Amino acid sequence: MSDITKQSLTELVENIKNKNLSSTDVTKAFIDRSEKSKELNAYVTEDFTSALDKAKKFDQKPNLDLKLPGIPMAVKDLFCTKDVKTTAGSKILNNFVPTYESTVTENIWKEGAILLGKLNCDEFAMGSSNETSFFGNVQNPIDKDLVPGGSSGGSASAVAGQLTPITIGTDTGGSIRQPASFTGTVGLKPTYGSCSRYGIVAFASSLDQAGPMAQNVKDCALLQEVISTYDPKDSTSIDFKRNQYSKELTNNIKGKKIGIPKEYRVDGMPKEIEDLWQKGIQYIKDCGAQTIDISLPHTSYALPTYYIVAPAEASSNLARYDGVKYGFRAEGENLIDMYEKTRSEGFGAEVQRRIMIGTYVLSSGYYDAYYLKAQKVRKLIKNDFDEAYKNVDAILTPSTPSSAFKIGEKTNDPVSMYLNDIFTVPVNLAGLPGISIPAGHDSKGYPLGLQIIGKAFDEQNILNIAFAMEEKINFKNKITDWWIK
Amino acid sequence: MSIDLKTIKHISKLSRISVDEKKAEKLAGDLNSIFEFIEKLNELKTDNVGPLTSVAETTLKLRPDEVKSKNIREQIIKNSPQDNEDYFVVPKVIE
Repeated sequence: MSDITKQSLTELVENIKNKNLSSTDVTKAFIDRSEKSKELNAYVTEDFTSALDKAKKFDQKPNLDLKLPGIPMAVKDLFCTKDVKTTAGSKILNNFVPTYESTVTENIWKEGAILLGKLNCDEFAMGSSNETSFFGNVQNPIDKDLVPGGSSGGSASAVAGQLTPITIGTDTGGSIRQPASFTGTVGLKPTYGSCSRYGIVAFASSLDQAGPMAQNVKDCALLQEVISTYDPKDSTSIDFKRNQYSKELTNNIKGKKIGIPKEYRVDGMPKEIEDLWQKGIQYIKDCGAQTIDISLPHTSYALPTYYIVAPAEASSNLARYDGVKYGFRAEGENLIDMYEKTRSEGFGAEVQRRIMIGTYVLSSGYYDAYYLKAQKVRKLIKNDFDEAYKNVDAILTPSTPSSAFKIGEKTNDPVSMYLNDIFTVPVNLAGLPGISIPAGHDSKGYPLGLQIIGKAFDEQNILNIAFAMEEKINFKNKITDWWIK
Repeated sequence: MSIDLKTIKHISKLSRISVDEKKAEKLAGDLNSIFEFIEKLNELKTDNVGPLTSVAETTLKLRPDEVKSKNIREQIIKNSPQDNEDYFVVPKVIE
């Protein structure tokens, strides 16, 4: 049984289809490993009993034509799951049980998958280390007391630690790609409008996207194929022709032109990251593609822009948590006092900080200086990409400016924490797809990722490039199961 | 630019988040370092740039105005901290 959790999603699907394994076998194996992995703190809510029931039910009448037949899967606790508690990593939603299902998870269950549980994340997806969660830190399976990244830290930890064959995260400024990079896994942030935001707890609505987090590129492509659908319930969902990403996956990228943006060579970037990037460039050439030096001149303005736009949208989105309609309520002397105490006790420090920033930049007298200015710079950042894509098919960069850091290392300095997202944030601001793939290790043996950025709606192309590179890189994650006693 | 305690109190009121003296001081420090970082945008001249309003250049789709969720009062009330089965209940507003 122990071998089951080592299999990739694609292998598990094959084995269930060929009747080598039943859904019950597979579900049991992942539950068993999850039970032994409590120290990782990857789960906020376990739904194991119900998962096993569903697996048995599947096996009684298996529909093997589905894309995820009887596959157990844990998901980030930012997706509303009907009748299963959904917390967004916050005290304020600690008792929230949705009466409806998010479109993305609905798509997954429709293809035969089974919910294992809900995975830890930074509170309202605000964080880069999973340390802002009300439910505590998540451990990185790579090493003890190492952050798994964030905000989809529980998701990354669960995939890398083989607690779930695959999962979904959300990415507003790097929350899929950065934790994927920190845990040696593959994470895709799709084009804005590709996956429905219906039923996902909102952080910054013009930036949020759901996407797959997987052990390899093929698994990632398969899940993307399942979750990306046009949805009238999300007014920003886009009706475009979606590929059969896993079926159309090819490692033939001969003749593709890949841009290397010089502005991503930032001050103080460790040599290991530069070396990894150079290695990546060599892999691209080995695959028969060509690299071209390009310029994205406004790159260094992306993070300051993000830290106006995202908190502004968050302050507006989080206004709904008022202790009236759902969630936590603190007692107050009157209505206003109740609101103020509820939000002060219900939200953690980072969320309060961002609500305050957002409120400030949108407040009377400051709107033009901050919010409007940021939206103008956001336009310049998007224009940079549009200009670059006249000459190249995709762009290659490092995923993060460093490998995973220790728990507690950056919690006292918000700005140093924000700098983690320096290479991922521009992609969200421009609404483009980006994928992080594991590409090497640093001197401590921690994984490092490379990011491939695509044109809007060109997920197939970046998946293909990632697939071709993955073959050349032949990355092996160094997981010792240190947390299993 | 510097955000003083008076401004923090003002933002906290707008945000409906109660803040005591100690928290206000911590927030002032954090927000000042974040805004120092944000000020970098002032290096750019943007007088002739239009703001980005949407990353995807599409127009919103129209749909028929139909009621799709009917009789879900129970579901809407279900997660409320306090209700009387028909309404959300809040602290007394009118004296």
